[in-house]
Amino acid sequence: MSEYLLEMRDVSKSFPGVKALNHVQLKLRPGKVHALMGENGAGKSTLMKCMFGIYKMDEGQIYIDGQPAVIKDPMDALRQGIAMVHQELQPIPARTIGENIFLGRYPMKKYLGFIPAVDHKKMYEDTAALLKKVRMNFDPKEKVGNLSVSQMQSVEIAKAVSANCRVLILDEPTSSLTDNEVEALFRIVDDLTAEGVAVVYISHKMDEILRIADEVTIMRDGQYIGTWPANELTTDSIITKMVGRELTNLYPEKHNVPGEVVFKVENFTSINPRSFRNVSFELRKGEILGVGGLVGAQRTELMEGLFGTRSHTTGKITYKGKELKISRPKDAIDQGIAMLTEDRRGSGIMGVLSVADNVAIASLNHYLSFGDAIDGKKVQAVVNEMIQKMEIKTPSQKTQIQSLSGGNQQKVLVGRWLANNPDVLILDEPTRGIDVGAKYEIYCIIEQLAREGKSIIMISSEMGELIGMSDRIMVMCDGRVTGFVDRSEATQENIMALAAQFE
Amino acid sequence: MEKKNSNPISKFVGYLTSNPIVLLLLIATIIMCFTVNNFFSWGNFGNLASNTAVRFLIALGVSGCLITKGTDLSAGRQVGFAACLAGILCQRGDYANRVFKAIPEMNIGLVLIIVIIAGALWGIINGLIITRLHVPPFIATLGTQTIIYGLCLVLTDAQPIGGFQKIYTSLITGRIGSVRSFNIPYLLIVAVVFGLLFWFMYNHTTHGKYMYAIGGNEVAAEVSGVNTTRSLASIYTIAGIMYAFAGYLLAAKSGGASASMGMGYELEAIAGCTIGGVSTTGGIGTVSGILVGVLVFELLKIILQFLGVNPYYNYVVQGVVIVVAVALDIRKYIKKK
Repeated sequence: MSEYLLEMRDVSKSFPGVKALNHVQLKLRPGKVHALMGENGAGKSTLMKCMFGIYKMDEGQIYIDGQPAVIKDPMDALRQGIAMVHQELQPIPARTIGENIFLGRYPMKKYLGFIPAVDHKKMYEDTAALLKKVRMNFDPKEKVGNLSVSQMQSVEIAKAVSANCRVLILDEPTSSLTDNEVEALFRIVDDLTAEGVAVVYISHKMDEILRIADEVTIMRDGQYIGTWPANELTTDSIITKMVGRELTNLYPEKHNVPGEVVFKVENFTSINPRSFRNVSFELRKGEILGVGGLVGAQRTELMEGLFGTRSHTTGKITYKGKELKISRPKDAIDQGIAMLTEDRRGSGIMGVLSVADNVAIASLNHYLSFGDAIDGKKVQAVVNEMIQKMEIKTPSQKTQIQSLSGGNQQKVLVGRWLANNPDVLILDEPTRGIDVGAKYEIYCIIEQLAREGKSIIMISSEMGELIGMSDRIMVMCDGRVTGFVDRSEATQENIMALAAQFE
Repeated sequence: MEKKNSNPISKFVGYLTSNPIVLLLLIATIIMCFTVNNFFSWGNFGNLASNTAVRFLIALGVSGCLITKGTDLSAGRQVGFAACLAGILCQRGDYANRVFKAIPEMNIGLVLIIVIIAGALWGIINGLIITRLHVPPFIATLGTQTIIYGLCLVLTDAQPIGGFQKIYTSLITGRIGSVRSFNIPYLLIVAVVFGLLFWFMYNHTTHGKYMYAIGGNEVAAEVSGVNTTRSLASIYTIAGIMYAFAGYLLAAKSGGASASMGMGYELEAIAGCTIGGVSTTGGIGTVSGILVGVLVFELLKIILQFLGVNPYYNYVVQGVVIVVAVALDIRKYIKKK
């Protein structure tokens, strides 16, 4: 018998243009909580998806009880005792707890000896027993939609337990829980480990890790850094291990000179109490303000609030001395504010439309010739200018944007905003999912814009990018601004420390 | 020189091979022209043109809804309502069974304006329900469809309307030019004018660009500064105006109106659009495609009629054509993925 319940050895996984995992290992002992840590994009989720059979590993081997094992798909993982509670829960709200837990494997019975039917009685009895196990005092017939997020999570855990799991993966389980709910979750985890279940715990919250974990594995940029007993680690030593990488010269030289304050946000608070609150900051002409933070820091939400896609309760935006009232994106755009989305497919490109249409959509008012009619030649000229300025590789203006590469799509979207000649540009993860060469080109464009006197807010989850590009970095944690770091003082350590400053 | 010539031809061939339904119909039409007497005649052409024209106006109206991933099930009932309203207002002053005896004989131009305002109102109501109350278009227009039908029954008391002014019916029977039997029905001219108008609107105005953008990605359009609420509302309003126009012409064409007029036209229009390449996933569709789609349907009807097929089978054939056409279209799309 192996001392490890499950081992992943030498796992590698590549996506087009990215090596997501590079010879990573993970060893889980029965009855222990194993924390998996790393920056955004370090490869934690990818590794878990390999274990759970969602992704296929390029290289590497999984061993269960010391025996080589093959996990084909999530159903297969469940059969072999591996269960995962996803970061974003996906229950079916209109169905009951019992139906959610036994979805896809309902207990069956035979009516009149031959008509197959769902055995509701057994299902709800089993559900009641399971709920007791996760310390949930709920009617198994309650609709899942009536539960709070933490209760849904408990249901998900109950579902995992019902599959008699031996390995339970919890991916950022506490990101939306209150303190009391976190305590409840920890009690469940204790119960499970006492029964010999190995728990993989992914979280950014240092204090939680240090409290609950027995062992910690740290990853960085798809590399395995090491595994340590939790009691040998401190918050500082974890941070150093997570970010300890050389900054290579991937960024253009900066020549932009920040000028006077043009954009000011005071006491900005979301309508949603879990989102951004009491945010205040200033932005200068020609400045690149980086915005750092971990997943769930509400950076995107804050920017969407400023841009008018989300509602806010209190707060004041002052732009060039006058107060702005923004209730939908059009208001912000009319004032010369632009926002490049992080979700290129979801809220950026209009896939079936041409490159030209995608560039022109935000600035159509500039090309009117009479009434509502558009001067096609003006549009063509602007689109051509953008294609040349940003070296967009496209067969023609009429090519559907969805056939371009990610980097070129991103350049088209940057072009969409530049065509409108904005003064304030909010860039949300401007280089996400693009290859290294295109990244550098985008950095050059950003630097160039700042030099032309445009003010830029750049959200980034890549430390190197934040430090390499920003004049100042605003760091957020859990909806609050936890601090500002000047370019001259910025280090990965002090940014990470601010980013993990949970209340 | 030769290359220049072959380009549009090869384009046409490419179009036909990727739209087998259109190709089949074209072949069928050519065979019909040579084998069946009277098929290739100006009379038949005029008939086809008038039928297509009305359907084309309705299809143009509904196309904006489809391109923005919506739909408009109330189209046919709006046509019926417009037809009845126009019919009532266009009755002769000396006609015995006038619905509104109190009002004098009206100018048919004024009637057109009234009918269009009524149509625009229905469209605005649809638009507001969809954008302000966030009711999905399918359900919203299913509701208004029923409401409009009910009101139309109230308006007409479920009685057929007749006794139109001559000038009103001659709008349709009227022809331009009469060299031998060749002539152009007014309806065709109306359809051409609207076709060009929509072509311009879809391709060269902000309204059109916003429409395609919303269909391509509504969230992206909104964050790019498109007032999606206003755009969608105006799309449904324009649709309402088109149905009103179609209803006005349809009553004149039939020489009478009733509450059941235009029954099922919304489905025909949606089918025509879809066959003509308006994508069910949004963002795609051209005026020329819509014309082809509608034409396919009308040609099919005439061919079946000339072949002497039991008219009940029309429905069967039309249904098969819809399913096959869309299945083939989707197949192209899946392959690309």
